[in-house]
Amino acid sequence: MTFAHLPALEVVVPLIAAPLTVLIRRSAPAWAIAAAACSFSFVAALLLAAEVAAHGPISYHLGSWAPPWGIEYRVDALSAFVLVLVSGMATVTVPYAWRSIAAELPRDQVYLFYTMFCLCLAGLLGMTITGDAFNLFVFMEIGSLSSYVLIALGRDRRAQYASYQYLVLGTIGATFYVIGIGILYLATGTLNIADLAQRLQHVENLRPVLAGLAFITVGVSLKLALYPLHLWLPNAYTYAPSAVTAFLAATATKVSVYVLLRFYFSVFGLHLVSVTLPMPEILLVLSIVAIVSASLVALYQTDLKRLFAYSSVAQIGYITLGMSLTSRAGLTASVVHLFNHGITKGALFLLLGGVALRAGRTGLDRVHGLGRAMPLTSLGIVIAGLSLIGVPGTAGFVSKWYLVLAAIEAGRWWLAAFVVATSLIAVAYVWRFVEAAYLSEPDERTPEPGEAPLAMLLPAWLLVAACVYFGFDTSYTVEAARRAALLLLGAAQ
Amino acid sequence: MSPAQLIVASLALPLAGAAGIALSGRWPNLREGVTLTTAVALFACVLGLLPGVLGGALPQLFVLEMLPGIALGFRVEPLGMLFALVASGLWIVNSIYSIGYMRANEEPHQTRFYVCFALSLAATIGIAFASNLLTMFLFYEALTLVTYPLVTHHGDAEARAGGRTYLGYLLGTSIGLLLPAIIATWAIAGTLEFTPGGILGGAASNAALGGLLALYMFGIGKAALMPVHRWLPAAMVAPTPVSALLHAVAVVKAGVFAVVKVIVYVFGVGTLAKLRAADWLPTVAGFTIIAASVVALYSDNLKRRLAYSTVSQLSYVVLAAALLTPLTVVGAVMHIAAHAVSKITLFFAAGAIYTASGKTEVSQLDGIGRRMPWTLGAFSIAVLSMIGLPPAVGFVSKWYILAGAVGAARWTAVAVIALSTLLNAAYFAPIVYRAFLRPPAQAAAAHGEAPVPMVAALCVTAAATLALFLYPGPLLALARLVGRMA
Repeated sequence: MTFAHLPALEVVVPLIAAPLTVLIRRSAPAWAIAAAACSFSFVAALLLAAEVAAHGPISYHLGSWAPPWGIEYRVDALSAFVLVLVSGMATVTVPYAWRSIAAELPRDQVYLFYTMFCLCLAGLLGMTITGDAFNLFVFMEIGSLSSYVLIALGRDRRAQYASYQYLVLGTIGATFYVIGIGILYLATGTLNIADLAQRLQHVENLRPVLAGLAFITVGVSLKLALYPLHLWLPNAYTYAPSAVTAFLAATATKVSVYVLLRFYFSVFGLHLVSVTLPMPEILLVLSIVAIVSASLVALYQTDLKRLFAYSSVAQIGYITLGMSLTSRAGLTASVVHLFNHGITKGALFLLLGGVALRAGRTGLDRVHGLGRAMPLTSLGIVIAGLSLIGVPGTAGFVSKWYLVLAAIEAGRWWLAAFVVATSLIAVAYVWRFVEAAYLSEPDERTPEPGEAPLAMLLPAWLLVAACVYFGFDTSYTVEAARRAALLLLGAAQ
Repeated sequence: MSPAQLIVASLALPLAGAAGIALSGRWPNLREGVTLTTAVALFACVLGLLPGVLGGALPQLFVLEMLPGIALGFRVEPLGMLFALVASGLWIVNSIYSIGYMRANEEPHQTRFYVCFALSLAATIGIAFASNLLTMFLFYEALTLVTYPLVTHHGDAEARAGGRTYLGYLLGTSIGLLLPAIIATWAIAGTLEFTPGGILGGAASNAALGGLLALYMFGIGKAALMPVHRWLPAAMVAPTPVSALLHAVAVVKAGVFAVVKVIVYVFGVGTLAKLRAADWLPTVAGFTIIAASVVALYSDNLKRRLAYSTVSQLSYVVLAAALLTPLTVVGAVMHIAAHAVSKITLFFAAGAIYTASGKTEVSQLDGIGRRMPWTLGAFSIAVLSMIGLPPAVGFVSKWYILAGAVGAARWTAVAVIALSTLLNAAYFAPIVYRAFLRPPAQAAAAHGEAPVPMVAALCVTAAATLALFLYPGPLLALARLVGRMA
């Protein structure tokens, strides 16, 4: 029955779609194949999430080889939630890419975009769904290599430099990760995540395990752009094609956060991470520095894509901040922000793609009077910006609520004060756009009145609507995050 | 319509009105027709809720669960009823005034102006009817954001700077102080519902409650307690109808409304009375009353003088509520209404003077009462109310506040009110004196009254200032209901 094979199909369908697009080599069919594959993954992810919510975690044995010898795909409350985010974002991005990529790439390269997009999606979904640490590395490489290509497709020649930079740092990250896995394998003799967790409890010589933890932490932190390992991110987001920026910003770093959560809480366990080693304290400090420094740097950017790229570094800081509290509310905040920030940033970068298309660039000097030239795009950016700030009635507020609640419950008033104080910096950088778009007169660099094509505006506004919807009806996101937090803490004890 | 439907209608009407205004933007007369119709319909809906609330009912509406255990919900209690009545009633008058003002001054972006105005009213009603702190916070923030385009209406450097101060203070205090206070309340009490008698009694240590009170009082920046009052004078860059309805009624009253709500329904008067850590509040409010009056005394710009007068008057409400006696709570609630009708009249007059003569400074107003007798006549009535003299409604609220303060032997508060009454007279009476008794300046250009809609509007509010003294009936009844819960 196909339904039973859904976990495998979730990844295999986009993986197969990729070579298909190369065989066909024409943009329209390639687009159709990619759209079909993404939609399939999304529907499959929703079905899997529903199944997990109803009947608990799914363990799928690839090729019927039982774990720990065979590769296990494991869908639980956390991975199901991330699968929905990743495949959902892909499904929104592909229709957008139809017009956006056609405008940014030479005709004969368009199909390549869809090839790489499907590969990237397969990689990210694979990283999320797999229950095998080495298989995770394989998917990490699939996702990374394809994203290097995707970034290098950018129109600006600096995109190639950005891609190269990411390639170097990303490869170091992946190498560190695989070294860490290697050490763990030597210490335990297994690669299955659940099995690893079991056997680690009986390992007597902890020193190599701790070294493995260190390697994995650094490797994954490079991928998730944890300060100060974020240096690849601003360039990559700025120069990649708009659709790529939106997709990667909403998903790639989030999947890496997922991997870190997985290793800390499901593999190593809270005791090892927080008692033997001071990882929460380290994460806390790095998160705080990330939030402050990246927010302040964002404040002084003159290009909107770059501005929001730095804001991403800061927002990832909020996610790891929640993680560092290692409490139920903290992890709920972390997981819910993973989703909320994903849709918020996705919306912002999709809308900025429209600006880039109409104005040529996304510099702040191009958006003077944009409120009149592109009213819907501007309004969308403002609403998504409010979500970034965490204004009530938007998705970002829900994250902030749990983060502050977690800090107060932990008795750390200063941290609660820190979180709200830094969200005021977000007000300042979002308002730079507001003042330029609404309080400045249009000049010769402002685009002529007219919106981006509907095929780009609709997906973007879908996400803007999602930002508002998930600010009011939090039953799905908060419930999923709460379950995920319980799962992680349950697994951690 | 059932009470729940009336609540839905009160929230939906201004939103629908905003959409209608946006769609009819190309035909100004139709657009203004939509505004007026919406305003009248809204007032009718709010009025429809009044008999039930006076009878002791608390109409409710549950929309959805926003966060686990915290609803997006509405409950109309007497205080919210009064606030909604005042705001929606004055919106009708203000709309008539706006039409005259915006057209006479040939203001740009009029559609955006009316859309934002309607949205502001929706947010105000949301604040008034909110059943818990989260719902109130949602609309509180919305009100800040939708009034921002009104403050920066002119889009020039001055408006931009004013807008930054406005947003900086209001969002800074609400995100930085009020939000943590609400989340802490949730962590301590496990509920955010407004409950007579409060939800925080005995739930935390005195020091924690004292800290929480400070977070609330300064977090509600719209109440303009010093030192978080600077946004209010900054907001005066807005067109005068905005200053009149929003920065004399809806926005600032949302602030003191929230303060009274927090004191009566979150802390509970009983809890606060036992809390030594709450003793600073009357002092800060008293200081704000006096200090703002002194600043007003030295402000030559008319709107700025009015703005500082508002800062001072808002702290009357805070002071009265902070004295924690039933009588002063009644006074606080009445003062929300009394100050609203009087101050809107003063702003209307300031806008009328500007429109007719282009004058903005007090020192330019010599003899203007002869050219604009209706405007300055209305202004004088409002001045009586601000000072607290009969036969104006300001007397009623001041009476309750003073009676409560004397009854509770709070002599410092009595002295503050007495001194500020003198100061009020000192900065308002000279304007009236100049306008009517000084000869006009030689070079003054001939002008008459402002356009009819504006003069009509300010006469209506001046008449209301007198009428509410003679017939405070329903408003006083609502205030007494709140006082009973204190």
